[in-house]
Amino acid sequence: MLNHFAVLQVVVPLLAAPACLILERARAAWLFACLACLLSLGISIVLFMQVQASGPISYALGGWDAPWGIEYRIDALSSFVLLLINLVAVAVVIAANSSLAAELPEPRHSPFYVLLLLCLAGLLGIVATGDVFNVFVFLEISSLATYALVALGRDRRALFAAYQYLIVGTIGATFFLIGIGFLYSLTGTLNMADLAQRLPGLEEKRLVAAAFGFIVIGIAMKLALFPLHGWLPDAYTHAPSMATAFLAASATKVALYLFIRMYFDVLGHEAVNALFPVGTLFLVLGSAAVLLASLAAIRQDNVKRIFALSSVGQIGYLVIGVGLSSALGLQAALLHLFNHALIKAALFIAVAAVICRVGGSRLEDFRGLGRAMPWTMGALVIGALSLIGVPLTAGFVSKWFLVLAAMEAGMWPLVALVLIGSFIALFYVWRIVEVAYFQQREAVAVGEAPLMLLIPLWVMALANLYFGIDTSLTVGGSEQAANFLMGGRP
Amino acid sequence: MMQSNLLLIALVLPLLAVPGILLARQRPNLREAISLLTGVALFIVNLFLYRLGEGGVVLVEILPRLAISLELQPLGLLFGLVASALWPITTLYAIGYMRGHGEDNQTRFYVFFAVAIAAVMGLAYAGNLFTLFVFYEIVTFSTYPLVTHAGTEKALKGGRTYLSLLLGTSIVFFIPAMIGTWFFAGTLEFQPGGVFGDEVSPLVLSVLLVLFAFGIGKAALMPFHRWLPAAMVAPTPVSALLHAVAVVKAGVFSVVTVVVYIFGIDTVAKLPITPFLVYLASASILLASLVAMRQDNFKSRLAYSTVSQLGYITLGAFLASQAAIAGSLLHIVMHAFGKITLFFCAGAIYVAHHKSQVSEFDGMGRVMPVTFIAFTLGALSIIGLPPLGGVWSKWFLMMGALDSGYIVVLAVLSISSLLNIVYLLEIPPRAFLKPAPEGATLQEARSSSVLAMVITALMCIALFVYGGDLYDFIRSARLT
Repeated sequence: MLNHFAVLQVVVPLLAAPACLILERARAAWLFACLACLLSLGISIVLFMQVQASGPISYALGGWDAPWGIEYRIDALSSFVLLLINLVAVAVVIAANSSLAAELPEPRHSPFYVLLLLCLAGLLGIVATGDVFNVFVFLEISSLATYALVALGRDRRALFAAYQYLIVGTIGATFFLIGIGFLYSLTGTLNMADLAQRLPGLEEKRLVAAAFGFIVIGIAMKLALFPLHGWLPDAYTHAPSMATAFLAASATKVALYLFIRMYFDVLGHEAVNALFPVGTLFLVLGSAAVLLASLAAIRQDNVKRIFALSSVGQIGYLVIGVGLSSALGLQAALLHLFNHALIKAALFIAVAAVICRVGGSRLEDFRGLGRAMPWTMGALVIGALSLIGVPLTAGFVSKWFLVLAAMEAGMWPLVALVLIGSFIALFYVWRIVEVAYFQQREAVAVGEAPLMLLIPLWVMALANLYFGIDTSLTVGGSEQAANFLMGGRP
Repeated sequence: MMQSNLLLIALVLPLLAVPGILLARQRPNLREAISLLTGVALFIVNLFLYRLGEGGVVLVEILPRLAISLELQPLGLLFGLVASALWPITTLYAIGYMRGHGEDNQTRFYVFFAVAIAAVMGLAYAGNLFTLFVFYEIVTFSTYPLVTHAGTEKALKGGRTYLSLLLGTSIVFFIPAMIGTWFFAGTLEFQPGGVFGDEVSPLVLSVLLVLFAFGIGKAALMPFHRWLPAAMVAPTPVSALLHAVAVVKAGVFSVVTVVVYIFGIDTVAKLPITPFLVYLASASILLASLVAMRQDNFKSRLAYSTVSQLGYITLGAFLASQAAIAGSLLHIVMHAFGKITLFFCAGAIYVAHHKSQVSEFDGMGRVMPVTFIAFTLGALSIIGLPPLGGVWSKWFLMMGALDSGYIVVLAVLSISSLLNIVYLLEIPPRAFLKPAPEGATLQEARSSSVLAMVITALMCIALFVYGGDLYDFIRSARLT
C-alpha cells in the first residue's frame, strides 16, 4: 500500500471528482470534497516524510519500467510542492461551502467541487510525474478544469475572462507540446531523467534551443509571466472567490515548479544559458513584472483585481530568483513559492469573506469593515503585511533570501528593485487598510463572516506568522531542494 | 537570569495594560488609572534594570544568526529610562488634555499609546540590529492611529505622509543597509567597536552608513524630515511624548547605536563619507531652525525646532568621538525633557483658550502664568543656557567637535543657539509684557495637565544639577 502512495496522490482526487458529480446535493458534495482533500493531504504528508527519511521515490505506473512506462518521481522539491498544494486545497475547500452559498446558485455547487478536484488532480499530477508527456496531459486536465471554474463566476464577465484564458492557455499548452515533440524526436525518450542524461551529448544545439524556447513560452503563458499575463487579472477577478484563492495559491506555483524542473533538472540551466542568455531574460522580465504590475495595482479600485495584479508582480519575484541561476536565488524562489501561496490564500479567502457578507469587492465595499468584520480584516492585514515583507511574517523571509541572492550575484539594481516593489506593495495594500479602518460605514450593518470561512482564513494568516518566525521547515526544505537541483546535474 | 526576566517584563508590561484598558473602556477613570499605574510600574522596572547592569535574552531565532533578542546596555538603558519616565507624566497630561478637549475614541488612543511604548522598550533594549529594526517598524505602525486620531481628511493626509516617509525610508534604505551589513559582516549582533572586519572596504562602509543615515527616517535628517511636521495633526499628548521623545528619539538612538555598535566610532571617524554626513547634519540644524523661525503655528514651530535639535544628536554620532557621543546621549535626555515641556504648554494653551498661533499669544502670560513660566524654562533648556540641563549636552557636543577637528561645527552650534533664542524666546516677552486679551481672566488648563508640565520643567533644572552623574553613567558605557 505504502509504495503506491506516489500514484494515489493523483488518483484519489481524480476519482473523487466524478464521485462528487454523483452527489448532487451541495452539502454532500462539499463534505465529500473535504474528505478527498484531507485524504490527499494525508498522502502528501506521508510522501514528504518518506522523502525526508529515505530519499526520492520512483514509482513505475502499471509496473512498466521507464523509459517504456510512465515513471512517477517524488523528490525533495516535488514533495514540498505537493504538500503546499494540498494544504491550500484543504483550506479552500473547507471555506468553499460558506463562500459559494453567497456567490453561486445551489445547482452550481457540486460542479464547482468536481472542477476543483479535477484541477487539484491535474496540478498534483504535474508535480508527481517524471514524464514530460504525462505533464502535458495533467496540464490539460488542470487547465480545462480551470477554464470551467473561472466561467462559473457569478456574472457574465466571467465567461469572457474564461474565454480569454482558454485561448491563451491552449496556445501555451500547444507550445509546450511542440517543445516536447522536439525533445522526443531528438532523444527518443519522454522520461525526464533520461532526457537529462541524453540532452547534453546532442549535436543539434539549435533544435534543443528551439525546443526549450517553445517550452519556456508555453509555461510562461500558464505562469502569467510578464508580458504574457494579460489573462490573469480578469480571470482572477471574475472567477468565484474560492476558485481565485485556489488558483492564485496553487496554479501559478505549479507552473513555476514545472518551469524550475525543466530549466534546472531536465535541460540544465548551464547548458541552456550557453545557447541563449535565458537567465538575463528572466531577470529583465521578472523586474518588469514587479514594477509594472505593482504600479498597475495601485490604480485599481477592485480589491480582487489589486491582489490579482499583485500576483503578477509576485510571479516576477519568483522568476527573478530563478533567473539568478544560483543556489541561493533558487532557494529564494522556492521559499517565495511557498510563502506567497500562504499569503495569497489568506488574502483571497479574506476577500471571499468580505464578498460573502457585503456582496462586492470594490474598494468602497470595504468601508468601515475594520469594525464590522474585525476578524476578517485582521487576517487580511496579516496577509498584507506578509505580502509587503514585514519582519516576523513569512513574506519577509523570502524577500530576505532574494535580496541576499541578488547581493551575492553583485546585482545591486536588483536589490533596489525588490525593495521598491515592496514599497509599492505598501501603497496598494494601505489603500485597502485605510478604507477599512478609517472610513465609516453608512447604512446597513454588516456581521462577521461565517465560522467555516474564518477558520481556514486564520489558519492561513497564522501560518504566515508561523513561517515568519519558525523558518526551519521552509528554509531547510527549500535549501535541500535547491542544492539538489543545482548539484544534481553538472 | 534576573536581568533577562526584567527585560521581558519591560517589554510585556505595557502590552499587559492593553486588555485592561479595553475592558475598562466604559469607565474612563479606571482606564486612565491602569495607564498611569502601568507607566509608573514600567519606570520602576527600568530603575531595577539600572541597578542590575548588563545581561541579555534571546526570544526567538528566525534564521541561523538572525534572532530577536534583548540585551541590556547603558545606551539603551538611558533611552529606556527617559521614555518610561515620561510615559506616566504624559498620561497624566493626556487625561487633562483629552477630557478637556472632549476627544472621541479615547480608549483606542490609550491602547495604541501603550503598544507604542512597548515597542520603544523593545527598541531600547534590542540586542541586535534586526530586533531594533522590528521594533522600529512596530513603533511606526502603532503610532499611525495616534497621528490620524482625529480621523479628519487633514489628519489622514498627515498620516499618509507620516507613514509613507517613515516606511519608505526604512524599506528603501534601512532594509538594504541591514541586509548589506549581514552580507558583509555575517552578523547583526551589537558589539562595541563594530562588527565589520578589516577586509570590508571603506567604500562599502560609507555606502552602508549613508543608507543607515537616511534609512532611519525617524531621526528626521533633512531631506527626509517632512513626516515630523505632518505628524503634528495628532493630539498634543501624542506630539509631546511621541514626536518629541519616543519616536524621534527612537530614530536618533538607532543612529547612535548603529554608529557605536555596528560600525564602531573609530571606524566612522575615519570613513571618507563622514565629513559629508557631519555637514549634512549641520545643514539640517541650521535650515530647520530657519524654517522654524517662519512658522506662526506653534506646534509647527516646535516640530521644526525638533528637526533641528535631532540634527545635534545625529551630528554628535557622526563626529564619532567619546565626547561627542556623550553629548549626543545627553542631548537625547535633555531635549526630551525640554521639548516635552514645550509641547505640554502648546496643548494647554490650545485646550484652555483655543489658540494655536504664536501671533495670538499676546499677553497670554498674564492669563496662564504657570504655563508660560514652564515654557520659558523648557525653552532655556533647549537653547542650552544655565542653570538648565540643555547646557551640558551642547558643552560636550562642542568638545566633541573640537576633538574631531571640525571648527565649522562650533560655529554651527553657536549660530543655532542664537536662532533658538530668536524663535523660542520671542514668545515669553510677548506673553508677559503685552497687555492681556480683553475679557480674559486667569485660567490655566486642567490641573493634571499643569502638574505634568511643572514636573517636566523642574526636571530641566534638576538635570542641570545632576548632569555630572548622568555624564558619569554615560562614560561607564563601553563604546569601543
